[in-house]
Amino acid sequence: MSDATMDASLNGPEPTQLKTADGLPLKAALAKSQLRAKRRAFLLVAPLFLFVLITFVVPIGQMLLQSVYNDGFSKNAPALGQWFNEHPLGSPIDESAYTALASDLKQMKENRTQGEAGTRINYDVAGTRSLFTSTARKIERLEPPWKESILGVNEGWSDPNLWRAMRSASSPYTVDFYLAATDHTRDKDNNIVPVDPQRAIYGKLFIRTAILSLVITVLCMFLAFPIAHLLASLPLAKSNLLMIFVLLPFWTSLLVRTTSWMVLLQQQGVINDLLVWSGLIGNDNRLEMMYNQTGTIVAMTHILLPFMVLPLYSVMRTIPPSYVRAARSLGATSWTAFRRIYLPQTLPGIGAGALLVFILSVGYYITPALVGGADGQLISNMIAFHMQKSLNWSLAAALASMLLGGVIILYWLYDRLVGIDNMKLG
Amino acid sequence: MKKAMILSTALVGLVAGAAQAEEVTVLSWGGAYEKSQVEAYNKPFAEATGIDVNMEAADNPATPIKAQVEANNVSVDVADVEKSDAIRLCDEGLLEPIDPDTDLAASPDGTPASEDFIDGSFTDCGVANIVWSTVMSYNSDKVDGEPTSIADFFDTAKYPGKRGLRKSAKGTLEFALMGAGVPAADVYKELGTPEGVDKAFAELDKIKGDVVWWDAGAQPPQLLADGEVVMSTAYNGRIFNAEVAEGQPFKIVWDGQLMDFDFFVIPKGAPHMEAAKKYLKFATETQQLANQAKWISYGPARKSSAPMVGMYQDGKTEMGPHMPTAENNMQNALVNDSEFWADHDTELSERFNAWLAG
Repeated sequence: MSDATMDASLNGPEPTQLKTADGLPLKAALAKSQLRAKRRAFLLVAPLFLFVLITFVVPIGQMLLQSVYNDGFSKNAPALGQWFNEHPLGSPIDESAYTALASDLKQMKENRTQGEAGTRINYDVAGTRSLFTSTARKIERLEPPWKESILGVNEGWSDPNLWRAMRSASSPYTVDFYLAATDHTRDKDNNIVPVDPQRAIYGKLFIRTAILSLVITVLCMFLAFPIAHLLASLPLAKSNLLMIFVLLPFWTSLLVRTTSWMVLLQQQGVINDLLVWSGLIGNDNRLEMMYNQTGTIVAMTHILLPFMVLPLYSVMRTIPPSYVRAARSLGATSWTAFRRIYLPQTLPGIGAGALLVFILSVGYYITPALVGGADGQLISNMIAFHMQKSLNWSLAAALASMLLGGVIILYWLYDRLVGIDNMKLG
Repeated sequence: MKKAMILSTALVGLVAGAAQAEEVTVLSWGGAYEKSQVEAYNKPFAEATGIDVNMEAADNPATPIKAQVEANNVSVDVADVEKSDAIRLCDEGLLEPIDPDTDLAASPDGTPASEDFIDGSFTDCGVANIVWSTVMSYNSDKVDGEPTSIADFFDTAKYPGKRGLRKSAKGTLEFALMGAGVPAADVYKELGTPEGVDKAFAELDKIKGDVVWWDAGAQPPQLLADGEVVMSTAYNGRIFNAEVAEGQPFKIVWDGQLMDFDFFVIPKGAPHMEAAKKYLKFATETQQLANQAKWISYGPARKSSAPMVGMYQDGKTEMGPHMPTAENNMQNALVNDSEFWADHDTELSERFNAWLAG
């Protein structure tokens, strides 16, 4: 085949249109033969590709979708959906609207979906879930005129804000969960307004999460650098032994490490006991090092330290000691040699470690939950709350997507500033 | 040869399956609580009816039910879930309806089931089996004097020391209002108004600097034992266990206790519907509910069971006074209002978390 191709290309009448012996253009023949190889190669990576798709792309895609898609109300209230389509915002809520409401409530009662629909509206207007469940329970005994009889069951139905919420929920696609995730809501005329400052929480938590993660990253950097340097400069036998001390906590359960810190740091804990015993502080003013931000920072720094030590160590191992020696012999002070020669070479390790630690701490959840107390809570604790307790998965997805977006922006910034090729993960 | 073997194995399996058709799968919470159910419900049930009971455990039995019913692949016949989940799953149409008068047994003296259970024991598709409670408790070694009311919890001048509270709006706000002097009966009415919510937060403000917040039920006994707090809210079963089984100097103040129910429910499409209904009827009979209290200090949801509650498994501790449902403990008791929290959880949690962070 390849000989024939050669012949054709050498002896062909038109050098511009190369053809194989069986008359196919060379390009097509090449593509055809390569296609098989490509297909084979694809089949080889297909399992991996499928794995990534199923375990990574699909769940994240679903989460992103969930943050803008919630059909809890729209699929259960077709009549109201139609009414909202026919009557623009600002139309009076008249008998026809209540007729649609009654027909939907009857349907919900039959399918037992009033809870689902009510929950969706309750995300927007607090206290309305029970309107749906209680009215649906009685709807079969009600009679027209619907407006009068439904308002007779519960006055709450006349709230214009409720009707605005139902209108916006009658389309399954919405950005309202992102509004909620940024401490905003809509008023009864559909304008975006900030929520009551007493309820504004997510912005504050995002900022706190970023600041705490930054503090933890910097602390890890300062603690890990000398450790990694020591490990890298010792002979292998000794450094391997010391490495155990880094890895042993790394292999220990997260919960065990967190609770050991609680034993150490709490007010009746080991450190406070030692301080009181040595007379440094009185028994009455024991230090508060747990159940606040200090506790969160200490425990998380310890837990995340190996993620900084390991990349740093693997980079430092590859730096020949002769460079620093050469700088010293050329007259550099030890500080200059460190600053100009050694430090720049460790940058890939620092970058990788910092990125790892920062991204991990942004999403940390169990440690702040256990040792964070009141002011050591992070945004992930709110995501967990909405996943497990309030079951508002759309809001949880919106918060998580914003967190994911933030991390991606960070990664992009890192790539622009340091260059992702310079990263060395170990 | 191989094929024959597979075939015969399959046949044996089939025959075995047919022979064991009478069985029922119960999903519960594991641990000491599951043990109490095995001893009090499952063993006598198997004896009385010949139906085998498979006990399974989940972190929260409500979670698999939703998934199973929606996938049309239900393996659970009866599940033990929290009341709020029983209501939610029922609203979403995932459960079999249960009618107290036809599906449950009357009490020994003939009182129909619908009148023999504590208020709030029924939803359209579930029935309560036990009552558990969140209570105020203290370490008597670390507190001078004897706190007697929930108001003492919020009085750090009278009883100095740190307090433990659950890090959630649910529960904490009720205690705050009762601490501020609102009687249990009016708590949810007040909490439904903006003024009531402000009042609750004002009460919490009084002790904000002295609170250690807990998340898991195992934490409060630990915090009390370590002396990290001198008083804490806690689940009554945990304090009972620390007090009786471990000999800790803990005391419970029943004033202002916050009661909640666990419910038996039957998922839609349960594979052994008949057996499930039999089990539900049997397990919620007066005697069986009284028996389970022998193994754990959660109270029977049936009024007629209360006088029949006997000794703890150690044979010397009278269980009656340790029950949330004991008459003396019910003087100022609040029943958790799941409907209220279904409506207001998001709103109040956001405010609570903002208050915490502020």
